[in-house]
Amino acid sequence: MSTVTSIYRLPRLPHTGRVTQARVVLSEWTKLHSLRSTKWSLFAGALLTIALPILFAAVTSSHWGTMSPHERADRHPLDIALAGVNVGQLAIAVLGVLVITGEYSTGMIRASFTAVPKRLPVLWAKTLVFGAVSFLLMLPPVLIAFFASQAILSRHHILQISFSHPGVARSVIGGAVFLTLVGIFALGIGAIVRNTAGGIATFAAIFFVIPPLMNILPTSWNNAISQYLPSEAGRQIFSLTHGAHSLAPWPGGLLFLGYCALALAIAAVLLVRRDT
Amino acid sequence: MIEARGLTKDYGDKRAVDGLTFSVRPGVVTGFLGPNGSGKSTTMRLILGLDAPTAGDVTVNGKHYRDHAAPLHEVGALLEARSVHTGRSAYNHLLALAGTHGIPRRRVDELIDLVGLREVAKQRAGKFSLGMGQRLGIAAALLGDPATVMLDEPVNGLDPEGIHWMRSLLKGLATEGRTVFVSSHLMSEMSLTADHLIVIGRGRKIADTSTSEFLAAASGNIVRVRSPQAAELQRLLAGPDVTAAALEPGHLEVRGLTAAQIGDAAAEHGLRLHELTPQQASLEEAFMNLTREDIEYKAAELEAEDAVA
Repeated sequence: MSTVTSIYRLPRLPHTGRVTQARVVLSEWTKLHSLRSTKWSLFAGALLTIALPILFAAVTSSHWGTMSPHERADRHPLDIALAGVNVGQLAIAVLGVLVITGEYSTGMIRASFTAVPKRLPVLWAKTLVFGAVSFLLMLPPVLIAFFASQAILSRHHILQISFSHPGVARSVIGGAVFLTLVGIFALGIGAIVRNTAGGIATFAAIFFVIPPLMNILPTSWNNAISQYLPSEAGRQIFSLTHGAHSLAPWPGGLLFLGYCALALAIAAVLLVRRDT
Repeated sequence: MIEARGLTKDYGDKRAVDGLTFSVRPGVVTGFLGPNGSGKSTTMRLILGLDAPTAGDVTVNGKHYRDHAAPLHEVGALLEARSVHTGRSAYNHLLALAGTHGIPRRRVDELIDLVGLREVAKQRAGKFSLGMGQRLGIAAALLGDPATVMLDEPVNGLDPEGIHWMRSLLKGLATEGRTVFVSSHLMSEMSLTADHLIVIGRGRKIADTSTSEFLAAASGNIVRVRSPQAAELQRLLAGPDVTAAALEPGHLEVRGLTAAQIGDAAAEHGLRLHELTPQQASLEEAFMNLTREDIEYKAAELEAEDAVA
């Protein structure tokens, strides 16, 4: 006698709650931490953010004696400390796209939108949960990367910079902020494109393909336009120094935040209008 | 209670659902029957607001599905297409859905036991067989103790034990006063579970009637008779509204009389009967008759496409 066939009655649920934004946030948190792929991507992103600066610092230290003065002048301690951010952004961006396109490719989105048919709370909750998790998981790595690379360099008494030096704390913490915003921007793109490969390709085009293409333009045009591209504006958040043709940290950061908001706004409009 | 009025959905040039008007009442199992591609799944997506109708309207318990404060309490749905992230465990899948409505963890446990997935609850749903996937879908559908249960082809992929379980569950849910709306392309399955039928073909409603009426109308009361005196019986029974066809020696197919009438007539005249069996035209046949036009249309369409290609 099977236990399955003997149960026909559905037990009553004594109390049914309504859907609230807070509950959808909780649901998205459950979704995010219950996927192995998410954990591994975040772990890989964190590891790269720490490991690359340590490697760079070690290589720079050991070669310092053979470097030309010109080469030495080219090295900057924060470039070393935040070298991992450039690689980490790819891991975070892929994950940001996957957070939403993974639901489309598996069909989970139908379950999500059946539970929350107003849909927008799902987008806001995903953004909030993924943003918060990214920031909290990326902040320790950038801090560790800074202090670890400085510790390695200090043994050779080279390229020392204090955390309290103007702009350093902002740049280091800015590395984590930048990674978080990259993830949110990618999530917005994922929600617009609804396809993993397409989402990642679109992100890569905006971040890695279009910026070098600007070199085809006349220099004056390039200088005028490039600083307003998402990737260029965004990286000012974690750059200590700023050239004549780049934005200051705050305007750059706010512009990148604006790009994120724009991506999410387009995603929101499409999410409500499109069939699933 | 589900109420559709002139529900229509176009995908590009193709009209998937064409002016459907129907209501699904509580307390009975309503079968939603149609050949594959006739618009059943689309109709269900329209009910849930996953797709927006091109024209017309559909409400659940008096409101559009999306306007309900606790949607999972109104409708529990199992869609034909899988709606589970393959990388997540069954338990966490249900937990995530439950979370949106503040449904407690013990309810998730309760449903995992109800559908018999206890032993695999912590495994990734991507590894599930079709039958296990269906059970998980049922658990998700029943999570919110819904007033309306809507299942798209629920017996797909279930083993015989699972099919039996599903039938009992559906009847149980209807007995509890819930609205139960179940789609299938198999008449035979519907005849066992559904009290009422809504039949569609090519997105249009063909029939909306009780299952017994549908059967009676479709079968035309045929009775199979075997008798060593078949020829005499044939002459005896013949009348204006009665046909008695001899299929082979000693074997008649009688239309227009009940088995009781035939048996009584034979007894009065001392004719021996070896068999007297009322035949219901199989549901499948009835269904085929109703939807033949639809199927022929499709065949013609395919031929036309072939000719072009």
